[in-house]
Amino acid sequence: MELYQLTAYTLIEKLNRKEITASEIITALERRIKELDLKVKAYVRIPNLDFSADYKNINQDNTLLKSLPISIKDNICTERNNTECCSKILAGFKPPYDATVIKKLKEKGALIFPLKTNMDEFAFGSSTENSCFGPSHNPWNLECVPGGSSGGSAAAVAADEAIWALGSDTGGSIRQPAAFCGVVGLKPTYGRVSRYGLIAFASSLDQIGPITKDVKDAALLMNIISGYDPLDSTSVNIDTPDYLKALVNDIQGIKIAIPKEYFVEGIEPEVKAIITEAIEKLKTLGADCQEVSLPHTKYAVPVYYIIATAEASSNLARFDGVQYGFREKSSDLIKMYKKTRQRGFGEEAKRRIILGTFVLSHGYYEAYYLRALKVRTLIKQDFDFVFKDFDCIICPTSPTAAFKIGEKIDQPLKMYLSDIYTISANLAGIPAISVPCGFTKRGLPVGLQILAKPFNEPMLFQVAYTYEQNTPWHKMKPKL
Amino acid sequence: MAIDKKTVEYIAHLARLDLEEKELEKLSGQLKEILDFIDQLKKIEIKDIPATSHILPINNVLRKDSPKPSLPINKTLENAPEVKDNFFVVPKVIE
Repeated sequence: MELYQLTAYTLIEKLNRKEITASEIITALERRIKELDLKVKAYVRIPNLDFSADYKNINQDNTLLKSLPISIKDNICTERNNTECCSKILAGFKPPYDATVIKKLKEKGALIFPLKTNMDEFAFGSSTENSCFGPSHNPWNLECVPGGSSGGSAAAVAADEAIWALGSDTGGSIRQPAAFCGVVGLKPTYGRVSRYGLIAFASSLDQIGPITKDVKDAALLMNIISGYDPLDSTSVNIDTPDYLKALVNDIQGIKIAIPKEYFVEGIEPEVKAIITEAIEKLKTLGADCQEVSLPHTKYAVPVYYIIATAEASSNLARFDGVQYGFREKSSDLIKMYKKTRQRGFGEEAKRRIILGTFVLSHGYYEAYYLRALKVRTLIKQDFDFVFKDFDCIICPTSPTAAFKIGEKIDQPLKMYLSDIYTISANLAGIPAISVPCGFTKRGLPVGLQILAKPFNEPMLFQVAYTYEQNTPWHKMKPKL
Repeated sequence: MAIDKKTVEYIAHLARLDLEEKELEKLSGQLKEILDFIDQLKKIEIKDIPATSHILPINNVLRKDSPKPSLPINKTLENAPEVKDNFFVVPKVIE
């Protein structure tokens, strides 16, 4: 095995035993990226690739991570290193500070990989096709999308161009690409991980989370990035448990709910069969699986596209060509704003800004935005009700495996519906993980999604770990 | 709900976007499709349902009003498209 193929946990053990050095890992990754990234395009601004002395002469023997590199999505601020949300409007932006998650990683000795991973512009999308740098490609089939919006992070981890990575998830942007690329992706409980330094899309839904090669790495990364942050007023001040302790290979007696609404229209028969098989596996491992109903499931997508676009249109008001990024010159202030935003934003960003501004505008606020907030309550209540009797919920991460590049790009509504199984967790604020659970006949990975009640990430880890340890999927690698 | 080109033009002005003619056409069609889809929410009885604007109980976060270091001016300005002295430069606002 090459060093870049190993998990973070295994590499840390090797670093601890002084069998290898961090420089060797970085050199191996550099070689791998040079060899592959022209095909996969997981990273952006490759010409900036600079493995200078800064990165190679590293000595952090006393830290947990010992200069182990981690790859970061292009919307998480890294000090003095380009962070552009894959948007023209942020061209050249070098944040003057680190996001809290980056600060925490550095404190543990992580090396923040100098290249950032590709994403849909401002995380608007499910395929990375909305990136101003062009799409990433799925390592399992280069003609397919890697999913999105954290598609670059997922493709990098799946193609062994990254040891592990951070993504962000507003409506499935960590879990859906993790499923499409055959890796592990976790969206934490809202408030578990600080959003300080995450360039905001929809502030009441966004969370940063891990994309990793296995469940153990996701738990390890959550140990590092979780916790209260006075700089994020929505971060929650409760203790972070040791998530590695939740990795118990046993789910005897665990009560699992299977929501029937997730297995009806829209799901590909092949995906349904693979998920059904995974549920059978969980039963043989001792879980008590029962069918339940989450009756408001079908309203999640319309609710989401009101709330998320409303919040996005407000958050993106700050991009006006004054304080940072791109500016289109004009002698008139309003014209300068309009031209800057017109040229700086891509098509999907404009579509969402228009939709969000519309649902918040005079005369429509009550009919759309306020109504959506009320239906959000009903969606949350569905989950509260199920979690009274069950430890977790199991369902597919996505109704399909990865689709072809270009297949849905001109049909926004069809693209939005590819998030149908992931959006509810963001609306309800609950944690959810996607783990690989098989392959379609065309060789594309399928993801199993596990959801639990707020702050019960340990339950996700226990069920995901047990499933993973008793199945071969996480060990499979794409042929590249 | 009908959304026509004129509405999109008005919304674009509110959102400070200088949309081109063909974008106005395309967007009004797509938005109509999206809003028709969203309209299924009208079927739900919501009379006594409280709105959830925040998923967790949110409290005011207070701290002592004591001075501490913040970003220095030079760092704050280093990403600006145009700077003069310690200020962001914008087109003239007042005649």
